[in-house]
Formats: sequence, C-alpha cells, structure tokens
Amino acid sequence: MRNTHMDRMIALMDGRCGDLPACGRMLLRQFAALALAALAVLCFSLPTSAEESAADLVEDPGYYARFQGQGITLSVYNWGEYIADGSDGESIDVNGLFEELTGIKVLYNTFATNEELYAKLKSGGAGYDIIVPSDYMVARMIEEKMLSPLNRDNIPNIAHLDEQYVYTDFDPEGAYSVPYTWGTVGIIYNTQYVDPEEVTTWDILWDERYLGDILMFSNPRDASAIALKRLGYSMNTTDEGEIGEAFESLKEQKALVQAYVMDEIYDKMEGEEAALAPYYAGDAVTMIEENPDLAFSVPEEGTNRFIDSLCIPASSKQKEAAEAYINFLCEPEISLGNIDYIGYSTPSLAALELMDEETRSDPIRYPSQELLDNTEAFIYLPASTNQLLDRLWTELLSDDQQFSRWTIPIFLVVAILFSVGLNLYRGHRKKRNDLY
Amino acid sequence: MKWLSRTYVWVVMFFLYAPIGVLIFFSFNQSKSRSNFTGFTLDWYRKLFANEIILQSLVNTLIVAVVSSVIATVLGTAAAVGINSLKKGPRALVMNLNNLPIINPEIVTGVSLMLLFVMFKGGLGSLGLSFEFGYTTLILAHIAFNVSYVVLNVLPKLRQMDQFVYEAALDLGCSPLSAFFKVVLPEIMPGVLAGFLMAFTYSIDDFVISYFVSGPTSQTLPITIYSMTRRKVSPEINALSTIIFGVVLMVLLAVNFHGARAERAGRRRGGAAA
Amino acid sequence: MRSKYSAFAAVPYYVWMALFTVAPLAMVAVFAFTDESGAFTMEHISRVGEYTNVLVRSVWLAAIATAICLVVAYPLAYIMSRQSGAKQRTMVMLIMLPMWMNFLLRTYAWMTILEKNGLINRFFGLFGIGPFDMINTSGAVVLGMVYNYLPFMILPLYTIMVKIDDRVIEAAQDLGANPLKVAARVVLPLSVPGISTGITMVFVPAVSTFIISRMLGGGGNLLIGDLIDLQFLGNAYNPHLGSAISLVLMVIILLCMSLTNQFGGDEEREGMLV
Repeated sequence: MRNTHMDRMIALMDGRCGDLPACGRMLLRQFAALALAALAVLCFSLPTSAEESAADLVEDPGYYARFQGQGITLSVYNWGEYIADGSDGESIDVNGLFEELTGIKVLYNTFATNEELYAKLKSGGAGYDIIVPSDYMVARMIEEKMLSPLNRDNIPNIAHLDEQYVYTDFDPEGAYSVPYTWGTVGIIYNTQYVDPEEVTTWDILWDERYLGDILMFSNPRDASAIALKRLGYSMNTTDEGEIGEAFESLKEQKALVQAYVMDEIYDKMEGEEAALAPYYAGDAVTMIEENPDLAFSVPEEGTNRFIDSLCIPASSKQKEAAEAYINFLCEPEISLGNIDYIGYSTPSLAALELMDEETRSDPIRYPSQELLDNTEAFIYLPASTNQLLDRLWTELLSDDQQFSRWTIPIFLVVAILFSVGLNLYRGHRKKRNDLY
Repeated sequence: MKWLSRTYVWVVMFFLYAPIGVLIFFSFNQSKSRSNFTGFTLDWYRKLFANEIILQSLVNTLIVAVVSSVIATVLGTAAAVGINSLKKGPRALVMNLNNLPIINPEIVTGVSLMLLFVMFKGGLGSLGLSFEFGYTTLILAHIAFNVSYVVLNVLPKLRQMDQFVYEAALDLGCSPLSAFFKVVLPEIMPGVLAGFLMAFTYSIDDFVISYFVSGPTSQTLPITIYSMTRRKVSPEINALSTIIFGVVLMVLLAVNFHGARAERAGRRRGGAAA
Repeated sequence: MRSKYSAFAAVPYYVWMALFTVAPLAMVAVFAFTDESGAFTMEHISRVGEYTNVLVRSVWLAAIATAICLVVAYPLAYIMSRQSGAKQRTMVMLIMLPMWMNFLLRTYAWMTILEKNGLINRFFGLFGIGPFDMINTSGAVVLGMVYNYLPFMILPLYTIMVKIDDRVIEAAQDLGANPLKVAARVVLPLSVPGISTGITMVFVPAVSTFIISRMLGGGGNLLIGDLIDLQFLGNAYNPHLGSAISLVLMVIILLCMSLTNQFGGDEEREGMLV
C-alpha cells in the first residue's frame, strides 16, 4: 500500500464532514438533545401503558416479588414477532408486566432461525439467560452440553401444561426445556392468485405458473424437510442419497423462487409481493388478520409439527430469575394473552380452558387429530448429517453458473505475475531514464 | 452545454435523494403499507419515542462512541508522537500495520476480532475470569478500527510542526512531559480534534464490525435497525430515518453557514488590509 | 520533537496493534488451516474452491458497480470542480448528506421503491405497463451498491479535479484541442490518482458486502460477504471454513488494490505492501 494513496483516502473520508471539529461538536449536541427529547416523551407515555396490574394476572405474586430490588437483568433471545408487546394497543406487554412484577430488567433480542441461534451461542455470543430453540435444536444443544438443567421446583406452572409437550422425544424427562408454543408448517397463499383447491400438495411450490411468486424458507432444515416430504421421504432421513435428491429438487425450484426469507415474509405476503410460501401456522394466523385474501393450508403429503421450547443456556448466571421468567410465561392468563397475540398454538391446558371457543376451534391453530397424525417432528440428526445439510444449503444458495474451481487461483497467479512484471518494467524504464 | 451539465447534476441529485424522500414521505403515512398513502399521521413518531429498545440502543451507541473515541484519541496521539520519531524504514512498517484495519474489508475485521474475543473468553474462562460479549468487546473493537484514523490525522500536524519550539521549551527548563502538554499539544490540537471526531462518527455509524462482536447487553442503533429490517417492518423505521436525516441536515447546514460566514469575514479582513 | 523519550510514547500502541490488529488476523489464518480439534488441515482452504461461483459473482457485480460509479461520477465531479466556491461547497454538502444516513436505512428505502407493488411499478402501472421484476435480482444488488458507494467515487475525483487549473484547460483549447481531446489528453491523465482511489473505495466495500445482497437480492444468490456471515453467525455454522473464505477475500482485495495502484500514476512508490 502506497502511503500517498492512503493519505488521499483519509483526506476523502475526512471530507465526509467538511469542517470536522465544528460539525462534530454540533452533532454531539444534537444527539444529546435528541436523547433527552426521547426520554421526556417516554416518561410521559409510561403511565398509560400499565392499565392491567401484573399482580392480578398471576396466581402467586409473592413468588415473583422476591426478586424486587436486586437489580437483576435478564437477557432473552427469542424469535422475531414471538411475544406480545402491547404494540398494537390491544395485547398485553409480557416483558413490561414481568418487569413490573419482579423488578427484573428484561433485555429482549431476536433471531430468525434455529441455526442462527446456535451459531450465536457457539461463537461466544453467550450472556443470554433465556433462549427459545425448536425441538431438534434443543436435542442438539443438550447433546453438546449447551443447556443448563432446570430446577422444576422453581417452575410450578409446568403443571398447567399438556404432558405430551413437556415430555418429548427430544427431552424425555423435560429436564432442559419447557414448551412455549407448538404448531405446524403449511402453505400460506393469496386466494386472488392461487386456487385453494390446488394447495393440497407441496408440488405447488414447484409449479412453473408461479414463477417469481414463490417465497421459500431461508434455513436448511425447514427447506429440506419440504423437499423430502414431497419426494416421499422422512424429513429426518440421514440417507445421503435422499438428502442429495432433496437438494437437487430445491435447486430446480430455485429458478421459480423470488426470495429466501424468514420473517420478511410478513411484509411480502401481506403486501402481495408474492403469491405463496411455506411458513409456520401461527404466523399465517397473524398475516390473515392483516390481509383477509390470504389463506393457509397443510399439504396432504404431511408436514412438520414443531415445538418451540424455553431453555436456559449453560452459561447463564441468572438461573433462578430465568426460571421465574419461564414460570411467568406459563401463567394461564399470561400465556393466553401472549398466544392470542402471536397466533401460535399453546401447550397450556389452563390457557386453552380460558380461551374463547372460536379460537380454540380454529383449524389453523388447533388442527384435527387426523391432520396431526400425518405430521412428523424433527429429531436430532447426527453431526455428519448436519454438516451435510449446511454444506448443501450453502451450495444451493451459491450461483448456478459453474466455474472451474481453479478460476480464482489462476486469477491470483496472473494478477501477481502482472503486478511483478509491471514493477520490473517500470524499474527497468526508470533505470534507463536515469542513464540520460 | 450549460443546460446539459445542469440537468446532469439534477439527475444525479435526484437519484441520491429520491429514496430518502420516499422514506420521509411514508413516515407520515397512516397505513402500515410501504407504498400506499392513506392519510397523514404522527403516530409513528410517538411510537418511536416510546420504543424502549430503540432508545436503549441509542444510549448504547453514544456510550460506545464516546468511550471508544476518547481512548482511541489518547492512544493514537501518543502513538503518533512515537511514530513521528521513527526512522523511515520502521515507520513504513508501522504505518502499513496502522492502515491495515482501514484497507481490510470490514467483515474480515469483524470476524477476526470475534475469533480473538472467543479465544479471550476461553483463555480467561479457564483462569476463572469471565469475559462476555458486550460493552467491553464492542468498545475494544471500535477502538481497534478508530485509532488508525486518529494516528493518520495527528501525524501530518506533527510533521508540520517546528521542532525547535519543543527544544526551546526544554532549554528553558520544561520537563519533556510538560513541554509536550504546554507546547506540542496546542500545536497539534486541530489534528487531534479531527481524529477524535472522525473516530466518533465512524463509531456511531458502524454496523458490520459491531454485528460480529456485540452481545445481548450492548445492541447499538445500527444493529437494532438491522433487526428491525429483518422482521415485520413498522413505519417507525421511516420515522427514525426522518429524524436522523433532520439532525444531519441541521448539522451540515450549520457548518456550511458557519464556514461561509468565516470565509466572508476572512475576505473582508483581507480586503481591508489591502 | 525527536527526544529520546518520544519514541516510547508509541509503545502502548505497538502492544495494541499486536493484540488487536495482528493477532486477530493471525487467528483467521490459524482457523483457516485447522479443524475443530486444532490439527492442521488444508480441507477448508481447498473447499473454498467449491464456492468459486460466489467469488466470481461477487467480483463481477462489484466490478460492474464500480464501473457504473466511475461513469456516473466522473462528469459530475468535473462539473462540480468548475463551479464557484460557494456552489462547490453546497454541492459537496449535498453529496455527503446521504452518506451520513445509516446505510441500512438507505438500502431499505430501495426495497420500498423496487418492490412489485413499489413506487416504480405503481408509476408504470398508471400507464398500464409492467409490473417489472426488479427487486430480488442481481440488477437490484448492483443498484444498491452504486447508490451506497457513489459518493465514495465522486469525492476523490472531485478533490483531484478541483486542483486542475482552469488555465491548463484554456491553454489546451487555445492550442486547438476540441472538448473531447481536452478531456482525453488533459483532464483524464491529471485525474488518474483520483480514479484509482475512487475505484478502491467503491470496490472494496462492494465486493465484501452482505447486507445489500440480502436486502435487495432476495437471499437466493450469495456474495462472498454472505458466505462468510453464513459460516459465522448464519445458517451453516463453520468458523473454519468462514476463516478460509475471509483469507481468500483478503488476498483478492490486496491484489486488486495493488493492481489499481499500478495504474495510479508514477508517483513515488515507497512503503508499498505488494
């Protein structure tokens, strides 16, 4: 790197702010003013939001009061759009109520896929106290000792939950996880563009008539599960041939896919940017509320049934407070208000009892036993299969054109030779010029 | 020819400002739709100011920016003094190292620091000490890319300085340290200040590096914006853009006005002298 | 001010650079050549070859974006540099203003414009044309790059051109050169350093971006930045492979920069890395 070149770059970046000293001082002042204004508005707006007292919504307020005054902070890492926050003016503000009741400050962050959650925990992003992985990821995390066993005496509200979700294949003794929600995967589609009669099979996601109007899952497990089901295989297969076949068909589908998305799907489906997409039933409920032209259907080949569970990472230093948070989410009134907002299905029998009949009989949220019998839960896959999935997933999203793997090394060598050659030539010319 | 060049300037300006105009326009939209204007409202601004996550990340951003740029300024100024006294060969080496974080793609700097902090965490963890991703990692990472700019801003000022002034101060009985603070520092102050402000603004604006090294307790504003764009998008984000744009516009207008006035004043003085 | 003490002032910074510049990059190199158990392996580096498509595509899109930036920015910078002082200042301010907005917000703005039901398609819809597929294409990604990094091209070109004396151009005209010849034989050669700086400043961030492609490209066709993000914080956790890709990206960029530098004019070339 030549220094003059560098100096120019610096001078330029410096130029980003003509008269830097003066403008920076101003900026600082402006930001301070902005922050103050914001805080002032916040203070005025606070009293209105706490209409319902938190203590009325729980069974034993004393259980929560013991944390008051200790200055505890809990970091919650949840899926996007996965908790009632009162933002629509109707729902309860779950975190706000918990803070009021316990005096614990909740730091709330979101992730988009199980794999992202896993990567964040693995790569040192610990410091979370509550996480919400799905079934298969719970199993993987138990296997890799990333979770802390729960003290179930601290979570008495587990008693309200349906046992089939508490004691599961991925956590048979319910030692590490408490179910938060469950649901199915299906196809959400816009009835203006898609005939409901046709949305009975996963094949429709491969239908060329919908070129450019299909959205697809942006994570390897959900995407490959659909392809596997469509081909008639188990979505938990470890057979390399079957997985390879599934990804081949995903590659075929890629030409039709407009975008690979997770929660971006809300805007795209509600705003009619796309005609159909596979997604989670609970989110479909929310989308249909926003845009009545949308509908949801589960294909006949069968689908995935998932459980998202509350867990505490092994690195958490606030285990007891985290258990209180889990217990709070299992309070019947709280889980009712929460589930009503997020649209998923609740594992809480107590909340189901409190629920109005219309919601309880909603076929999207609480499908028939017949449909549920035709579902498959994700189970833990061996490390080699996970690696294969990751690898094929990256391959799928790489470009379709094929270049020789030697392209880059050859380019590098040519560039180096060129650079060296040019320098030699210049040196030679300079020497010749110096002679004169 | 003249109208052609004028049109060209307008076309490019339109390209640069149209998207921002769209953002601002739809921040006053009643419906949540990104492209259908149904009526005027200020609701999104109200919601924005009641959004604790955004306010908290604004505070985090400011804390990280102030702390990291102050430390970077002290470290970088001292470094520039030392580098200035080096011979040509070693200086070139040090400067190449100094420039590395600037040339390197941000994503590489980000992941490399992340790997380093993970190792720290493991190493200190085995000693029984805790080291979490959060303010510490964020501030360290911000200093790591900020300090280069400070060095680059201070060094030219040192080079321009008359070194006999410093020696004169020593001859008059100043200790080297007090000579530095009384004589050298005032002389290079513009460079130090410019370096500080550059470090500050880069820290406020940084997304890529923060994305890799932040923890749950230290989400900065750009990270919050990123997670907002990945979910169901609320027009709050438009309101936020409008406010940021307004603040920046005011700052730049003030600077421009100030600069123009200073220039006019300078001209008048110059005219009077002539 | 070269006293015997001043050399020590930089010692903390040397320690700092060793810790936070050299060590992190060393970590990347170590990770690239080891497996999970820490044993040496070439597997990850050789696997980068599988992603040749992604590498070529990134370099290609970034090159197109850089070329467009150059073509758009060059006339604009020239026009700017021939204005009066006050006008120049205003125009520089207008170019810089969008850069101060967070780039996530600016990119998000383009989403709302390019969508199927976005503003452009609505506009064409009034005339019964369209809708066109604009978002989630390579074109949208290039557009995002051009929009975000255009000022990085305009400003260095402008700073160089403003130094070109009007009299030089007039002299060429007096000697009978037509406007085309003036541009080719006088302005172009004099602005070469600005071109090479501009190219570097646009190409490096463009080739390593991972936000623009995700927001405007639909996530279906990865760029190098996405690939790295995918291995560290994304859906295919493998920091060893991610490090190997980062290493390759660094080498590509250093080479591309040294190539642009070769054309950067015949200034002194000391302290060059490559």
